[in-house]
Amino acid sequence: MALQSVGLAVPEERVRPANARSTVDKAYRAGARASGALTLALMALIGLFLLLKSWDALHRIGWSFFTTSVWTPETGQFGVWGALLGTFLIAVIALVLAVPVAICAALFVTEYAPARLRRPLTSFIDVLAAIPSIIYGLWGRAYLQPKAINLSRWLGTHLGFIPFFKTDQSHSVASYPASTFIAGMVVALMIVPICTAVMREVFAQAPPGEKEGALALGGTRWGVIKTVVLPFGRGGIIGGSMLGLGRALGETIAVTLIISPLFDPHSLTHVLHTGGISIASLIALKFGESNEFGISALMAAGLTLFVITLVVNALAGIIVARSRSGAATEI
Amino acid sequence: MVLAEEFVEPFEKVEKPGHLPPDRIQPRTIQTADVVDIVGAVIASFCLTWLIYEELTPLSGGLGFFAMWYGLFLATVWFLARERVGKIQARDRLVGVIVATVGIGILIPLALIVGYTISRGFHALRTQFVTQDLSKAGPLDPATVGGGSAAIVGTLEMVGIATLLSIPLGLATAVFLSEIGGRLARPVRMIVDAMSAIPSIVAGLFIYAAFILSMHQQQEGFAAALALAVLMLPTVTRTAEVVLRLTPGGLREASLALGGGEWATVRRILLPTARAGLLTAVILGIARIVGETAPLIITALGNTSFNADPFHGKQDALPLFIYRLIKFPQAQAIQRAWTAAFVLLMLVLVLFIIARIIGGRGPGHIGRLKRARLVRKGLA
Repeated sequence: MALQSVGLAVPEERVRPANARSTVDKAYRAGARASGALTLALMALIGLFLLLKSWDALHRIGWSFFTTSVWTPETGQFGVWGALLGTFLIAVIALVLAVPVAICAALFVTEYAPARLRRPLTSFIDVLAAIPSIIYGLWGRAYLQPKAINLSRWLGTHLGFIPFFKTDQSHSVASYPASTFIAGMVVALMIVPICTAVMREVFAQAPPGEKEGALALGGTRWGVIKTVVLPFGRGGIIGGSMLGLGRALGETIAVTLIISPLFDPHSLTHVLHTGGISIASLIALKFGESNEFGISALMAAGLTLFVITLVVNALAGIIVARSRSGAATEI
Repeated sequence: MVLAEEFVEPFEKVEKPGHLPPDRIQPRTIQTADVVDIVGAVIASFCLTWLIYEELTPLSGGLGFFAMWYGLFLATVWFLARERVGKIQARDRLVGVIVATVGIGILIPLALIVGYTISRGFHALRTQFVTQDLSKAGPLDPATVGGGSAAIVGTLEMVGIATLLSIPLGLATAVFLSEIGGRLARPVRMIVDAMSAIPSIVAGLFIYAAFILSMHQQQEGFAAALALAVLMLPTVTRTAEVVLRLTPGGLREASLALGGGEWATVRRILLPTARAGLLTAVILGIARIVGETAPLIITALGNTSFNADPFHGKQDALPLFIYRLIKFPQAQAIQRAWTAAFVLLMLVLVLFIIARIIGGRGPGHIGRLKRARLVRKGLA
């Protein structure tokens, strides 16, 4: 008994052994454990049911599900390759735009902003995450698109020699709306908050001793950031970006409202041009018009998306957790 | 370590011992000269851009103007700082300006989204948007005729049911994670994290597969509520767990030392102490699901006529209402969609602000009203 070992006289009958819990407490423990287990089971059920209902389609089409890019389950020709490529193109564009912004925003909040501005700033950035994705979609379509077309055309005309910005010969405005690029821009806005939140948390944990040491050596603020904050926050930058990637891959309605569907892999790589697709928007677009087999095929697409986002997020979680423990940082 | 280049050169001689060297770096102070530099840079770069854009070259377009202005602004800042305080501090200044402008600049899209939605949606908002549905509104009636009552009722019911389902499970899981722990806690925490990243459309597919197909149900409001509950659960659990962890350990120990059981400690001490935070968790969860569209396309389908029964028949919801009407060619339908978008955005923002206000208080915070009540009872 711990109390006796420090020299306190405790009457024998007052000491309750740690494992003797009342019935209520046993029920409480069991209940709380059961909820934890139920949450686990729910996740397993999601994977299980998607697999179960997609079995019909996957069984019939086999491995070519991952190499076919057209989507016509009625004729027995369907595959997720085009949608997968489109998903990753949108996500990559979103990441390229969002990560530098998120790094700057996180640095500004942790290193530059006056203390009384930090909380409101964080709140405002979080509001971006609270705005429903359908409103992003509407805004992207009605407000951003007419403005972004000019940017797309400029990129296509002047930077067309870069393979990523390659366009066909036509430089008319008509070939630029509803593109992967515009969808990526909107998704970028949607993932900035989550990237910023993770990076902010990790940057804030940069060891104050090292920071003060750098300042004491005569370092500028940028010197401190470059030599202490960024190296210590590297895990957070990578992990936050991957969490953002996970969100970007699964974004549905905003993408669906902006792109006009296109499955041809070659045309998809012309990201500035009209047309794009993602797995999530494929499901949203085709669900209403599918028969039973078509829905099974969509379940297979959903399962693919589910597995990809799980893997990406699990990796991100591991990287962030490791960066928090300080294991992946050295200076 | 390649650190040296970001640090100042050593001073060759300090002329007056006892006095600070004149060019000492003061990392956290802003001097008048710095402010003048920045303002000067803004004006100078604007003038230069205007000159290039309007007078010298045949360029046009607002975006390009701003891009060039920003680029020239950065260049001006760098040159000014290099002339005045040297190269190393000029680089510091440049990075500081970039970080600050981008960090604040990210709020511009936020303002644009909120402002644009208000400007498109607000002017057609009448009380009948809340009281009427679309069954009597013809396709060419103005957008002020008819409204989204079916959608509003549907959203309230779906979100209400989803909240009722996910709060008990979410709070219980949070209590498990923070108070009991053990071997099961690690996988559960990992899964909750993973769950928060499930694409919302996949949650819809899951409910379609598990509830509608496997249990031979129809597409209805309740199915949508189930899908929303799946999406809400991780938000509630994670936020609630953090809040429970923040409650002072001394309270737990005091309760246990007084002979309180574990359940009594949780029920009478922890949950009341963390009430504000738990409320925040729930409100954030609601804000997360109230605008979800993708799962509803699969589970609730939407309905143009009024259906207040979540257990029978297709049901409408605000996001579905928007998604359906925005695709119509008529300007009136699109206007209705924007009005609904305005209502939805305001709903989310109000929820979010409430969550921030409540969540801003620490655990155990005693508000004005509560204090008055305690004083009346003679407890404080």
